Amino acid sequence: MKRRDFLQRTMSIGVGFSFLPFTGKIACSKPLINTDSRVVQVSDDNVRKGLSFDQDVLEKMIDNGLSHLYQTEQIDGIWKNLFSRDDVIGLKVNCLSGSQGSTHKVLVEAVIEKLRNAGVSAGNIIIWDRLNEDLESAGFRLNWKNKNKILCFGNDVAGYDNELYINASVGSLITRTLTQICTATINLPVLKDHGIAGVTLSMKNFFGAIHNPNKYHDKVGNPYVADLYELDLIRGKTRLTICDALDAQYEGGPPFKPQWSWPMNSLLLATDGVALDRVGWEIIEKKRKEMGYPPLKQIGRNPDYILTAGKKNLGQSNLNRIDWQKIDLG
Amino acid sequence: MKRRDFITHCGMLGCSALLTPQSSSPFLTNIRAEDAKHQFEARWYEKLPHKKVKCTLCPRECVVDDRERGYCGVRENWNGIYYTLIHSNPCTYHIDPIEKKPLFHFLPGTDAFSVATVGCNVDCKFCQNWQISQIRPEQAQNIDLPPEKMVRMTKEAGAPSIAYTYTEPVVFSEYMYDSAYAGNKAGIKSVMISNGYIQEKPMRELAEVLSAVKVDLKAFTEKYYQEVVAGELKPVLDILVLLRKLNMWTEIVYLVVPTLNDSDQELTDLSKWMKNELGPDVPVHFTRFYPQYKLKNLPPTPVKSLERAREIALAEGMHYVYVGNVPGHTGEHTYCPNCQEILIKRKGFWIMDNKISNGKCPKCQTVIPGVWS
Repeated sequence: MKRRDFLQRTMSIGVGFSFLPFTGKIACSKPLINTDSRVVQVSDDNVRKGLSFDQDVLEKMIDNGLSHLYQTEQIDGIWKNLFSRDDVIGLKVNCLSGSQGSTHKVLVEAVIEKLRNAGVSAGNIIIWDRLNEDLESAGFRLNWKNKNKILCFGNDVAGYDNELYINASVGSLITRTLTQICTATINLPVLKDHGIAGVTLSMKNFFGAIHNPNKYHDKVGNPYVADLYELDLIRGKTRLTICDALDAQYEGGPPFKPQWSWPMNSLLLATDGVALDRVGWEIIEKKRKEMGYPPLKQIGRNPDYILTAGKKNLGQSNLNRIDWQKIDLG
Repeated sequence: MKRRDFITHCGMLGCSALLTPQSSSPFLTNIRAEDAKHQFEARWYEKLPHKKVKCTLCPRECVVDDRERGYCGVRENWNGIYYTLIHSNPCTYHIDPIEKKPLFHFLPGTDAFSVATVGCNVDCKFCQNWQISQIRPEQAQNIDLPPEKMVRMTKEAGAPSIAYTYTEPVVFSEYMYDSAYAGNKAGIKSVMISNGYIQEKPMRELAEVLSAVKVDLKAFTEKYYQEVVAGELKPVLDILVLLRKLNMWTEIVYLVVPTLNDSDQELTDLSKWMKNELGPDVPVHFTRFYPQYKLKNLPPTPVKSLERAREIALAEGMHYVYVGNVPGHTGEHTYCPNCQEILIKRKGFWIMDNKISNGKCPKCQTVIPGVWS
């Protein structure tokens, strides 16, 4: 793409999307049931189809998870309440681990199918992460030219906003995908251990939205992860989190290490990213114990940033107060 | 390349690099294929089990997983090998007066070919170059400038030295070393304009090819280093002592930030330490802070604070104490510590008069330490 093409493209995105509301809140006329402290863990061993996954089963898992999350059988109504036709929805995947250990492409396709069924046009759906090369390495096909198809590009295409967003301990430039293009986010992190931050789940996935994530891994990511998540652009726009736990990893992350990953065949769904992170942390701790590994605290990797986020009232970090529902479909 | 073309080119690069990275088209960024990206293996690191590496360049000692980067953002572990992503890949270069570094006792009145890559191993809340120091290589418009080409351009510009500056040269130490080595062979000196946050081994190796170092001593308390710099004081002090032992020409800059590092006690402690550990002849520059980046809630440093800092250091016995970022101030001049004669008269970055002859005061013959030729 030539510079001129790019500028025209970005201009057209800017103009085309400029009428959209940037409320950062769910665009629904009827308030949904409060899901704040609910995390639904839905599992189905039938999701595996050879070395791949069955998208139909995945879609049923998503439906079932949402049904429990919102405590309603009206699945279509949930999607339509979550997103309007005018929304531009960013799917924040995690692709740092290449073809294995990243958000599975088949899960993203299942989510897209749900959005399309809810009336969202293809051009209003953007799969994004830090770099094009990361997305490609995880199997996603790049597209920032054809607005009639699902868009997919990294921050290296979108660029970063001019404004320095400062909140408590963090000060970062944020991808234009979040600041100027998307009106809503579906966060699609992966359930895995992190060699510095303890675990990397929904909150930390937004390190992929900023230009300087390397600056915020000190002190096991505390309080940086929570401070970044507190930004309205990030937390306020995130309407749903679906954590990919089809394959999970309890040690050696974030790169994919097969010796420490296990087929969990699960998804975690929540609107409260802090609660989801607290549940994910617990799952990893239990698996570590089962496999004879010490607790994260013992090895100096306790993800205290999750507790910090709770103290900042960004979500529920007290496990006893989280409505953790486990649904086993097969 | 003609001088006019050179200056035009420098100007263009400078402007673009100092813009915020997103203000230029991302398609101008240097997105390179993996094989091109991983050309230069880092020189200071250890390999660990499970494809992890431990960086031994700076005191952070980042342990970095496969496909991850260290704190500086410019070094990447790829399949268990640690690479520098910025060798021969600066984001900016200019011709600056050496006084701008500032180095006041090093070839005064000459130009320095000044070069920087992106990246830094700390995150000072007041950073004036954060648009290039706090970003990653792929977020900048970089250029291909191998050491030999840099030396050739330095000679063409008539500059006797190369300054590794603007961001933090520690993070591009391999590039700095190779460029300084090439420069020495061509009669070009090299100076490192640094925060001094580096481990002893790489500093010793770099000292073999450098002619001078300027160290930003940000404060004299660990608290400040933790809260404002995201670093540590002790390793910086250790490096200053090491540079003294190595007889490396060293000057210190202390950015005086109102209320945070400007107490009489701290400045007295600093001055005593400098005199005892480094000797009275190391030049120290007390420079003026201006609010920017993440530290905008404080006013610019009052000139009186800088003057008070200078008085304290002089009273403690330091010989060459300067006031910086206040053009036209009498504290910019070099005075003979014996007879108080003005030896070098400065205004901003410009030399108005230089009376030093054969490294001595012409009036009383006191030897003035520095690199004068």
